[in-house]
Amino acid sequence: MFSHGVKEEVSRRDMLRTIAIAMTATGAGTLGLQAGRHVHGLAEKEKEVTGTYSLKFFNQHEYRTIKRLAELIIPADEESGSAVDAGAGEFIDLLCSQNEALGEIYTGGLLWLDQFSIDRVTHQFVESKTEDQIVILDLLSEEAHRSVLKRKESSSGFQFEDRPEYEGFQEYTTEPTNGLGPGVRFFTWIRRMSADAFYTSPIGIRDVGYQGNGYWNRYSVPQEAIDHVMSRRPWIDEDN
Amino acid sequence: MLSMANLRRSPKKYDVVVIGSGAGGGTAVRVLTDLGIDVALIEAGPMVNPSRDFKEHMWPYEVDHRGAEEGGKRYFGKGKHFGYFSATDGGWQLDGEPYTVADGSQFLWFRSRVIGGRTNHYGRMSFRFSDYDFKPYDQDGLGSNWPISYEDLSPYYDKTEAFIGVTGTHEGIRSAPDGIFQDPPPPKAHELLIQGACQELGIPCIPNRRAVITRPHNGRQACHYCGQCYRGCKTASTYSSSQVDIFPAMKTGKLTIFDNAMAREILTDNDGKATAVSYIDKRARAERQIHGRVIVVAASTCESARLLLNSQSSRFPRGLANDSGVVGRFLMDTVGFSVWGYVPGLEGMKTYDTDGFGGAHLYMPWWGLDKKNKDFPRGYHIEIGGGYRMPRIGFGGRTIERHGGYGEALKAKIRREYGGFIGLAGRGEMIPNQQSYCGIDSDTVDKYGIPVLKFHFGWTDHEWKQARHMEKTFKDIIETMGGSVGGIGNQAFERQGISIPGTIIHEVGTVRMGEDPRTSALNKFNQAHAVDNLFVVDGGAFVSNPDKNPTLTINALSWRASEYLAEEMRAGNV
Repeated sequence: MFSHGVKEEVSRRDMLRTIAIAMTATGAGTLGLQAGRHVHGLAEKEKEVTGTYSLKFFNQHEYRTIKRLAELIIPADEESGSAVDAGAGEFIDLLCSQNEALGEIYTGGLLWLDQFSIDRVTHQFVESKTEDQIVILDLLSEEAHRSVLKRKESSSGFQFEDRPEYEGFQEYTTEPTNGLGPGVRFFTWIRRMSADAFYTSPIGIRDVGYQGNGYWNRYSVPQEAIDHVMSRRPWIDEDN
Repeated sequence: MLSMANLRRSPKKYDVVVIGSGAGGGTAVRVLTDLGIDVALIEAGPMVNPSRDFKEHMWPYEVDHRGAEEGGKRYFGKGKHFGYFSATDGGWQLDGEPYTVADGSQFLWFRSRVIGGRTNHYGRMSFRFSDYDFKPYDQDGLGSNWPISYEDLSPYYDKTEAFIGVTGTHEGIRSAPDGIFQDPPPPKAHELLIQGACQELGIPCIPNRRAVITRPHNGRQACHYCGQCYRGCKTASTYSSSQVDIFPAMKTGKLTIFDNAMAREILTDNDGKATAVSYIDKRARAERQIHGRVIVVAASTCESARLLLNSQSSRFPRGLANDSGVVGRFLMDTVGFSVWGYVPGLEGMKTYDTDGFGGAHLYMPWWGLDKKNKDFPRGYHIEIGGGYRMPRIGFGGRTIERHGGYGEALKAKIRREYGGFIGLAGRGEMIPNQQSYCGIDSDTVDKYGIPVLKFHFGWTDHEWKQARHMEKTFKDIIETMGGSVGGIGNQAFERQGISIPGTIIHEVGTVRMGEDPRTSALNKFNQAHAVDNLFVVDGGAFVSNPDKNPTLTINALSWRASEYLAEEMRAGNV
């Protein structure tokens, strides 16, 4: 579909080196397209998860629980792997090790979750049966979403009227208010970060089908995409 | 006052000393050195090295934090404003360089400290002012007229567009004058749907005008459509003053750059003529001076006002070139409001590369010039977002907000809704008002001992009503597409219903030009009324802030001022 020619085996490092020479203040200022052509996936190969990660923040129990939650939130399916496959455990551990406030959200949340789990099913979360884990996550997830919907319903609509009314304006904020204490807050955090770890990974990028970050001579739009939107213009139906 | 005896004098006297290296300073440096003039450039930040500093083409997984930054700063609203991968060098707060905001006011000030300034990452939207934009007072009795007309600046828009490269098409729309254009890339699929909806509503939706080259130009390679202009363009296919003005000027042998040099004060002689710039060499933590026949200030709108206000002398007790008292006054930003919507009609389309040339390939210029019944003055244009964007921190957040949940079901929904979201952002004209200005905060100094700015700012009904018009229009467009509005596009800055002042980063007006020295600081050539050898060539010179993004006009005004200056120097007048 694109007039980009044949992808060539130019390594990314070669490309950057060529650019580095061409585009300094004193360089010639030009760059061959061939050298600049970006090759998808090279960096992925350079950066595969090796499985040798050493924990920087969580203890073993906490880390097992984090990984279990991450793989429940973004599980493997027919299309792709899980958030854990995409490095969610390492991602969350690393960031928590660098930020006390974030670390406390996780350690506090994990303690709450284990206590909640013991109260309900007599086991810590990670030791519980999958169906019990699902029941707990359903509770947290539904409560988190209910608070979002409640905010939207309680507002008068999208139209702002006059300045004084804006002061209480909260309808599109995403801070959860909830009846499950710190659990909802913790769930929101780990869902956000599990999704981030997954979708910023090669696995997640392939899962959604992102086609960009390319290097083309010319930009064109596939005819089938144009046909798709043209066939879905609502005003055409109304007019007929 | 500084003690002169303790300062080391630079032996050399340059023809021109330019302070600041963004769009205004960069253009001045290039135009002046091209004319054989010996220029010294002072920049508060370091030299930029695009091949090393720009993160173009990096995937998020190439860094362990994936773009969330160390310790997940981004989750706490403390990351780089345009994201980890952006080419920004600065931000809303700089360590050791505070500014203050008056009680009851809101203002955020974005500063870049690097060669090229904000042009390394800006949006590259390049819209000419219209004829009526130069005479706003004549339209509706609000604000003030410029001392120049469209005809005065049009030749310099021509030169600027021809030189930096701007895309566009000839449309004959009065609110969006045509120029010297490179071919724009074709519209993306979702943009065609938006364009169709706009047609239904009587809103023009035309190829975007961005400072991107789509064919090789002056040794710069054509755009390669990675859509990452905001990360800095290693191939210089977008305009940045660093790559397009300053690097070529370095090759003339006429330019000397002093980087990491923070200007403190402009010094004057007994006649009130500018003689030198006193600055801090940040590496040596030492005071220095640099002498010039002419001083050209382009430190950015508010920083330039600060520099003039801090340059006090017996001749200029209120600050250099501030006999009128207008320096710091008439501060304007652009009115911003944005929404996002979900459009089910986009579901089921096979994903394709929508990166394009960065930003949208279409936009909507103001269409309400002849509307008599609107309840706000002036107008706005609309910028578009959408497409299959590279996943980054926060990806899937809108699907999560819509549906909640987790597990396989969430994964499937995120996949299905990818590319189904569109964004519409209004960029409108603010009317200058008495309550919006900046001045020196006499109680606070920065880490160099330089008194800092204090901001006072308030939108008026004009701006609030315009933002409501935007909201209604965006809802109409999204619903005409068969979609529904999801919420405010920029939650962090617009949740009150209008952008926090300063956050559109179009601040202008603090050193305005005008016919009358009693009500303006500069004449129509950006030259200080009271100081012949002092020019201000950044957004500070603006008299009004039309809905057109300011950079192209800064380029054109600076080019015009620089040619005038060169001629005045040749004639021996300065």
